[in-house]
Amino acid sequence: MEWIYLLSGLFLGWSLGANDAANIFGTAVGSRMVTFRTAALVSTVFVILGAVISGGGTTETLGQLGAVNALAGSFTVALMAGLSVAIMTNMKLPVSTSQAVVGAILGWNFFTGSPTDYGKLLEIVGTWFFSPILAGGFAIGLYLLAKRWLGNARIHMLQMDAWTRLGLIVVGAFGAYSLGANNIANVMGMFVFAAPFDSFSVYGFFEFSGTQQLFLLGSVSIGVGIFTYSYKVMTTVGNDIFRLTPILALIVVLAKSLVLFIFASQGLERILLSLGLPTLPLVPVSSSQAIIGAIIGVALVKSRSNINFAVVGRIATGWVITPIIAAAMCYVALFFVQNVFEQQVVDREQQQQQTSLITPAAEILQFNNPDQLLQAGSLADMLPAGE
Amino acid sequence: MIQLFGSHKQIETEIDEFLDQIIGGGLLFKKGIKFYLDGRFEEFEQRLAELIELEKRADHLRRDIETKLYTKTLIPEFRGDVLGLLEHSDAVLNQISDTLLEFSVEKPETLDDLRDLKHELAKNAIKASEFMVKSIRCYFRDLSAVRDNIKQVHFSREETNRLSEKYKREIFSRKELRLSHKMHLRYFARSIENIADDAEDLCDRLAIAAIKRYI
Repeated sequence: MEWIYLLSGLFLGWSLGANDAANIFGTAVGSRMVTFRTAALVSTVFVILGAVISGGGTTETLGQLGAVNALAGSFTVALMAGLSVAIMTNMKLPVSTSQAVVGAILGWNFFTGSPTDYGKLLEIVGTWFFSPILAGGFAIGLYLLAKRWLGNARIHMLQMDAWTRLGLIVVGAFGAYSLGANNIANVMGMFVFAAPFDSFSVYGFFEFSGTQQLFLLGSVSIGVGIFTYSYKVMTTVGNDIFRLTPILALIVVLAKSLVLFIFASQGLERILLSLGLPTLPLVPVSSSQAIIGAIIGVALVKSRSNINFAVVGRIATGWVITPIIAAAMCYVALFFVQNVFEQQVVDREQQQQQTSLITPAAEILQFNNPDQLLQAGSLADMLPAGE
Repeated sequence: MIQLFGSHKQIETEIDEFLDQIIGGGLLFKKGIKFYLDGRFEEFEQRLAELIELEKRADHLRRDIETKLYTKTLIPEFRGDVLGLLEHSDAVLNQISDTLLEFSVEKPETLDDLRDLKHELAKNAIKASEFMVKSIRCYFRDLSAVRDNIKQVHFSREETNRLSEKYKREIFSRKELRLSHKMHLRYFARSIENIADDAEDLCDRLAIAAIKRYI
């Protein structure tokens, strides 16, 4: 039965693999700089590595927004997020899986009466605006660096071609790793609190947790999406939608991957904390938004007249509509799953325990500096007994 | 990966070798014309034979490069431009070789007082082709220098045209020559001039290709 519930998440993973791998290798495959086989193999391996090694951070954030704690609820959330993506894509509206998932989780929160952590929501929505801007900034910096370096390097065109091919594979691998680390939360994040798998030890060497098993399964479904359907999308991205030269594609993919990486890396978060610097929230961001931000960044410095702002406006509209539609669809679907199919979409007991952990917005606002936080006592003191 | 860089390096070497053939062809042409004008026909024929061999080698290299670029799907963005440039530069070498062959077949008369002018004409036409080769090399390696070399091609071509016009005016002003004789000599001046014109046509194409290469 658990496997059936997981199907909607696997469908979401398949869809992510088919679409988002195209953002990484689309131009490389479309322009025949990299063969599809190499692209699919590299992206699948690194998506799995990224998801299993570094997928925890963004999942935690998504869980803080809404801890979907019953399998039927998780199933509905994933299914409705996937369906809203499919419907929007069918309407030829640009869509983000991350936004659909967040919208669907909010729909679950509203339906089940679970409290929404507005602080986290604000953090997540903030990254939706910030990530394309950051990707654009990275792309501008990388473009200017590349232009300066290539102007002085005097590398033969054919050697440049060989280096570009190598670069596209390396950056593609990094992009796939970042995608796995950042976006696995979209695919399996809603199942983590429902915890369908138990941890087990692998020959006493290491503990393979239930969450890691979920991530492995989700990333394999992303890999299946890459192998079965992304070729079509890659050639479309490479030839029809935005025509980039291989070097520009390298810059754009690297900029996008950096954004996904910094919003997923717990290691980077630790380094920033140890240096006393402000950290970035670990949030699943949309790779499509990041790549569009990077393309606009390059276009701004390369040739401003090439940007079609009407299209940019249309894309932005899609980004606003997606979470609203996903939330509404999820709300309605949960009603049917609970009342028609008589499935448990929320675990009330677990929900009460989780509710007590969420700090109301009013309380957060009272702490203006770290001293006040220290005076209020440690976090452990605030937790109810048994947590 | 080593194989990838190796095959790229091999084609790079072949392109350089192909361009060397054009430079070599130009040098043989200049020597051949000099021998012809000096009446040293045996040495002229020797240079012509060398030039024909060299042209064959260039043809073979060009075909080999084109095949490899396509079968190994190298430089997909610029392949069309590169193939166009190689074919046009091969056409320049063909023009050099055909012109010298025409000298051998038709044996145009040499007018003693116009000998230097004709030699100068040939030297300028070849200079245009040499700068053309430099421009192509820069297109592959150093885009910022393409423009300067194209400018030199334009200059050499204009100089060739000016000398050719002067030569033709001289011929047609002579009462002692028959019209057929004048037309024959004009044909050879025109043939030499075509070398520079072809080099300039290639550079017009190269200028656009270079713009496309800027990221």
